[in-house]
This record gives sequence, C-alpha cells and structure tokens, in this order.
Amino acid sequence: MFDPAFLFAGVLNGLLAGGIYVLVAVGLTLIYGVLHIINFAHGSLLMLAMYAVFYLWRLIGIDPYAALPVVIAGAFGFGFVLYRLLIGRYNHGRDENILLITLGLSIVIDNVALLFFGGDTQTIDVPYAGTFVEIGAAFLPLPKIISFAASLVICAALGLYMAKSDMGKAIRAVAKERQGARLVGIDVENVFAVSYGIGIACLGAAACLLMPTYYVTPSSGHAFVLVAFTIVVLGGMGSFAGAAVGGFIIGITESLGGLFLGEQLGQIGISLIFILILLLKPTGLFGSKA
Amino acid sequence: MLEVREVSKSFGGLKAVDRASLDVAPGEIVGLIGPNGAGKTTLFATIAGFHRPDAGTVTFEGKPITGLAPHRICAAGMVRTFQITQPFAGISVRENIMVGAYLHTADRHLAAREAEAVAGLVGMKDQLDQRGADLTVAGRKRLELARALATGPRLLLLDEVMAGLNPTEIVEIVGVIRNIRASGVTILLIEHVMQAVTSLAERVYVLNQGRMIAEGTPAAIADNEEVIEAYLGRGAAKVLRA
Amino acid sequence: MNRAALLCALGLLAALAYPLLVPNYLVTIGMLVFFTAFIGQSWNIAGGFAGQTSFGHVVFFGTGAYTSTILQVTWGWNPWLAWPAAMAAGGAVGWMIAVLSFRAGLRGSYFALITLAFAEVFRILANSVPFTKGGLGMLLKSDPRPINFQFKDPIWVYYLALLLCVVSLLIAWHLTRSRFGARLVAIRENEDAARALGIDVFAEKVKVLTLSGAMCAAGGTFYAQKYLYIDPGIAFGVDKSVEMLLVSMVGGAGTIFGPLIGSFTLMGINEVTRWLASVVPALKNVQPLSLIVYGIMLILIVARLPDGLMSLFRRKRRHA
Ligand SMILES: Nc1ncnc2c1ncn2[C@@H]1O[C@H](COP(=O)(O)OP(=O)(O)OP(=O)(O)O)[C@@H](O)[C@H]1O
Ligand SMILES: [Mg+2]
Repeated sequence: MFDPAFLFAGVLNGLLAGGIYVLVAVGLTLIYGVLHIINFAHGSLLMLAMYAVFYLWRLIGIDPYAALPVVIAGAFGFGFVLYRLLIGRYNHGRDENILLITLGLSIVIDNVALLFFGGDTQTIDVPYAGTFVEIGAAFLPLPKIISFAASLVICAALGLYMAKSDMGKAIRAVAKERQGARLVGIDVENVFAVSYGIGIACLGAAACLLMPTYYVTPSSGHAFVLVAFTIVVLGGMGSFAGAAVGGFIIGITESLGGLFLGEQLGQIGISLIFILILLLKPTGLFGSKA
Repeated sequence: MLEVREVSKSFGGLKAVDRASLDVAPGEIVGLIGPNGAGKTTLFATIAGFHRPDAGTVTFEGKPITGLAPHRICAAGMVRTFQITQPFAGISVRENIMVGAYLHTADRHLAAREAEAVAGLVGMKDQLDQRGADLTVAGRKRLELARALATGPRLLLLDEVMAGLNPTEIVEIVGVIRNIRASGVTILLIEHVMQAVTSLAERVYVLNQGRMIAEGTPAAIADNEEVIEAYLGRGAAKVLRA
Repeated sequence: MNRAALLCALGLLAALAYPLLVPNYLVTIGMLVFFTAFIGQSWNIAGGFAGQTSFGHVVFFGTGAYTSTILQVTWGWNPWLAWPAAMAAGGAVGWMIAVLSFRAGLRGSYFALITLAFAEVFRILANSVPFTKGGLGMLLKSDPRPINFQFKDPIWVYYLALLLCVVSLLIAWHLTRSRFGARLVAIRENEDAARALGIDVFAEKVKVLTLSGAMCAAGGTFYAQKYLYIDPGIAFGVDKSVEMLLVSMVGGAGTIFGPLIGSFTLMGINEVTRWLASVVPALKNVQPLSLIVYGIMLILIVARLPDGLMSLFRRKRRHA
C-alpha cells in the first residue's frame, strides 16, 4: 500500500487533475474577487460547457482540444450576457440573495440539461486516449498531460492579460477599490460583466480539457461545485495564487484519498478541508479577508 | 457610575483610541466631542463590548465589564445606539422597540405596551406601524433611541443622535433627551457639533486623534486653545484671539 | 384576526375530510404536500425566521432517518421509541454544526456553504461505514401494524403527516408571537443591533438550529417508516436540502404558511407535468420541467418578491 512508486503515481495523477481544477477555481475566484459574489452556478455552467464540447465532437466531429477557441469565446459570451440579464441586476442586498439566485440558476441549468440531453453518461473517444507516457514508475495517459500543460498555458495567458491589458488593469482596479475605480471613470458595470464572462470562459476552457478523459452527465455540476469552492476557500477567496496552489493541493488530496481510503470514503477529504478551513482559517492560505 | 481608565484600541497600525479615560456620575448628561475620525465611536464600541480593548479597564457601577460581550453589558444596564443607524428594516417600529423591551420581560403584551410608551416618549406614536426601512433619517435616529431606551438602561450611550437632523428636529430631540434624563437615566452622548452639546451636557470630554485632550464645562471647553486647534487646525486659536 | 382563525379552522376541516373523498393516489399526494411542508418548516424556522440560510439541511433529515432505522434494524427498538431518539440525534447534529460554525463567526453565504459540506461529509460516511450498510442502503422489515409505525391504509400516513404539519405551523405561529421568535427575527434583520439590545446572538442561533435539526430529523424517521428503505443518496442527498429551501423560499421565508404554500405549489407543478407527460406522448420525458419552473420561481422570488407567494395574499388583503 505504501509502495513509493504507487504514491508517486498517485501524486502525479493528482497534480494532473489539479491543473484543470486550477482553471475552474481561477474562474470562481475571479468572480468573487471582482464582484464579491459567490457563484453557486459554477459547477452547472461547467457541466453545460462540457455538453457543448461533447456535442461539437458528436455532431460536427471537432476534437475537444481544437474546440478550445470556440468554446472559450462562447462561454465568455454566455457569461457576459448572463451577467447583464440576471446576475448584475440583482447583485445587491443581502449576500445570500445572489447565492440563492445562482442556486436557482443551477437548478434550471441542471434540469434543462436533463430535459434535452437525457440522463445518460456521455464520453468522447479521442484517438489518442489509449496513449500512455511513462514518467518514472508512473504511466500517465497522454490526454491528461496535454490538458495539464494547456491549463497552465491558459492560466499564464490569463495572468498576462490581467497584468498587461487595459481591461485587465481595470478589472484589478475594480477588485481593489470599486468606488475609486468609478471615480476615475472606469465603467464598473462593464468590468463586472467582462469579469463574469472571463470567469465562465475559464470553465469553457476547463470543459475542453476535461472531456478527453472525463465524462459528463447533467449532475456533473454537483461533483465540481464543492471542489471548486474548497479550492477557492483554501487558497483565500479572491486570490489567484491561492487558487493555483489550492487546485494542486485538492487534486493531490483527492487522488491520494482515493488510493488510501477507497473510491467512496476518499471523497471525504475535500469536504473536510472545506469545513476545517472555514472554521479555523477562513482567510485561507493567501486571502486577506474572509 | 462609569469609569473608563486608559483604554486603548488599535486597528492595524492605527491607534483609534489611545489611553483614553473618562468618568460619568449617576444622573449626569456628559458630552463626548471631537473632530471627524477622533475615535469617539470606537471608544463607545469598546466600552459597550463591541471591541475588546488592547489595554485599559471599564467599570460600570463598581463592576468590571472590560471585554464583556455586548449583550451582557446591555443586561447590566448600559446600552449604546449606533451613529450609522441599524434599524431592523423588515419589521415595524413597534416590533423594533419590542426587541428592546424583551430584555426584561418575556410577555408579549407587556413588551408591546412598553414599546408604545417609549414611542410616546420619543415622539414616534404615529409611526408604530411603519416598517423600519421606511423611516426618514430623523425617524431612524429616534428609533435608535427608542429601542435602546426600551431595554430599561441606567446609562445610555448616544452616538450622534442629532447628526443629519434639521434645527426643528434637533430642538425636539433635545427635549426628548432631557425627558429621558428626568426619568432617571444617565446619559453619555457623542456629538460632532459642539453647539448641540452645550445646550445639554453639564460636562464635556474632548477626544482628538484617540487621546482625551480636555475635560470641563461646555463654556470652559469652548475657550480651550488645544480644543480650538483640534477642530480648526494648528494656529487657529491665535488667529481667533487676534 | 378572527377571520384568520376561521380560515384556519375551515382549512383544517377540509384537510381532515379530503382523504375520505378522493382515491388513494390523491391521498398520497396530499400526504406528500404536508410532509414536505413539515420539513420545509424545519428549514424555515432557521432559514426564514432567523435568517440562517442553510444549503445542507438534509444532514438533519438523514440523521433522523438513519438513527431510527439503525435502532430498529440493529438494536430491535420499537420505531415509536426510536422516533424521539432520532429527533435527539438531529438536534445534537444541529447543535454541533451551530456551535462550530457560529463560534467561527460564519455568516450568510459561508454558513450556507458549510452546511452543504457537512451534509456531504455525512453522505460519504453513510456510504462508507459498516453500520449503515454503505451504498446498499437499509431496509426496514414490512409489518404494517400501527404499533410498528407502519400503516396498511395510506389514510393514516396522511393524517400523521397532517398532524406533523399542524404541529410545525403551531411552532411557527408561536415564533411570531414569542420573545424567542422576536429575537430570531432581530438577528436576521441586524445582528449588531440585536447584540446591542441585549440578545445573546450566538446562544439564540444555536437554539434555533438545534430545534430545526430535531424537527427535520422527525421528518427523516417519518420518511423511512413510509418507504421502509433509505440509502445515503436519499437520506443525505442535496436534492432534499434544495427541496426544503425551495418550498420555504417560494412560499415565503419567515412566514407561518410559506412552506405549506410552497409545498402545495411544488406538488401542483409536479402533478401537472406528470399529467402532461402521460397524456401527450411527445412530452414523455418532461419530468425535469417542474424543477425548471421551480428554479425560475426561486430566481424571480429572490429578485422581485422577497416575502414569497405569501406576499401576494397579503397584498390582496390590503387592497380588499
Ligand atoms: N473597524 C475598523 N477597522 C479599521 N479602522 C477603523 C474601524 N473603525 C474605525 N476605524 C478608524 O478609526 C478611526 C476612528 O474612527 P471613529 O469612527 O471612532 O471616529 P469618530 O470620532 O467616531 O468619527 P466621526 O465623527 O466621523 O463619527 C478612524 O480613522 C477610522 O477610520
Ligand atoms: Mg463616530
């Protein structure tokens, strides 16, 4: 059981999964950091994006990786419009309100998916799915490695965009001081909508990277929502570095939990981490405020 | 009745209250003034248990209450109001005041009767059925006062109950505060504007940048050089005198 | 006031007569309305009156269902005795979650999310530990005699659900006129002000979550006795949490009749979609439609009608 090679493989697998979690969590933490809302529909929107990737492949035969630009753009547009039509209009009052509205949204999305796509589990057969790469004593599926690398590249690109572009600077200004940003003439509402759009675009990217090795059902959202929140809370709400580190920690926790505690009990680590962080250090590893 | 000794409270690097002391004797109306950001509200919150002081002690009627939870301090007979009014927005004025009255009775009818009596005292009789959220600024200030009063305190800490009111409303509320004192409640009140205090308080403390810089009768305070400078800036006292 | 009492009396009479006049199928639907209203009310007491929105209320439901079932199956208890034990267990879990979360100062969305995580922990545990029989679930032996808390005639299950619902309405009614209830509302509206006015906010929140947990656990046992089977997905699944929240929010959070009205509405929409599916072959798979409608209602209500469907009644009354 404690064979080092076994452990090594487990850690590597966790790291690879964590790479994609980072992307999901970065979207969530961006939305929180800029808009100060908790987007409970995050998991459901990811599921929707995964179906988009699936149908692009099934109907038109587009490879999930080739679908990246289309899905990212589509997800951005979807998020932008969603913010303009729904989230932005009711983003005031008690903080639970937006949590409840996004809960309502996730209920609608999950059941729309069930209605139109049915309850079956869907997977994509990519030709390279059976290709393995040997690293040390571990054999890792090629698509996982591609996805991992792609996720890091996309995160880096997003980081660059946030640091260098005018919109990125505006987003950071709004996140830091929204009144001040408004005073210097930044269109804060537009920044909000763009930020929400980027957050959802991250999900679009994650969906493309997940589908070659993962499956989708209408309830896939549930599986991801708590994972994403745990990463974000662990790293510190609103912190990018935190989301990155948290993503890897959770990926490894999940992988090792599965190895040592079994398929069922292994999932408990994530929920326990979530609870313990909230109880003991709600600011997380890198966050400044709860 | 209230003894505050060398109380300090910092937020990060900022010393909001710095070794401040004050005393209130039973039956008095005492004023606490000071320019914006002097630390008045912070001192109140520290006395009332909302902040734990970094140093110093607070004693109420001979009992140490430093660091006690707010609800304990309220139960002991000292209650604060909020400068930024905090009404229970979704319920009626009557129900707002009843929450205060419930401190000493579990009986709904009694609490309701008391709420009406208190509302009469602060001039809110006609607004009993309005929602907290629908009140004007003056209404909210009165509600703060009424709720606190309904708990049956012996010492009332009022944080700028006159700010934002027009002259007529100020005259009214000054009358209300006099009546409250006449009914046996001791009062410590913060006012930003000195004028409001002079008509009410027998003694005034002046807080500036967290420190207590003066204490005395309103007239004496108005002549105090340090106080004038605190309000108007360095050198102002000389200019005024010239 | 008198008119309200008269309406309640008439409503109760109608509810008592209803199962005598309709076929069994409709009796069961009625039973579900009252049962859902009951567990919805347990959510409403904490989430509506005290404003402590929970996303994981099912943790109490499951605790109740599993406690009474294990006591019967493994220890041979009589279900009527196991019922109060299940409530005590639900109350204890409520107490524990409240003490941990409120000591840590969690509020609003954070409290909602941590309850979700607690429910998830319980679900995974129920799936993994031996004494719950894991994912296999637990079966209660069918022996329909009243002494076994099992009934041949659905009418008795209906009346029991009605009784639970009436008790929960009385509890909610009591909250609207007691000091405890007034304090809960004060905490919901403004914690700082509540504290300044002498309310021990922590203690009151712990009390209300304990009460709510015990009530919800009572619902869990009722459910297990009705269906004679539970598994981790049923007992601790997120769907039930959402259902409790939905019926309260849609009907009117923090109102006496909110959960009942919400439950009526939910069941109504359910039945309409089911009926549609049965008469129009093209709509065979429209079951999810009812939840879609419900999700939209939740969004609209949070956005536009914070007091839920109840406020429609009230508005009408004011105009009249
Ligand atoms: N919770 C807090 N965290 C950080 N800083 C605070 C906090 N509360 C107050 N301060 C700071 O402490 C200082 C004193 O503030 P305080 O509100 O006590 O002043 P005040 O005398 O009541 O002023 P005003 O007349 O404007 O009401 C200010 O600089 C304020 O910014
Ligand atoms: Mg102040």
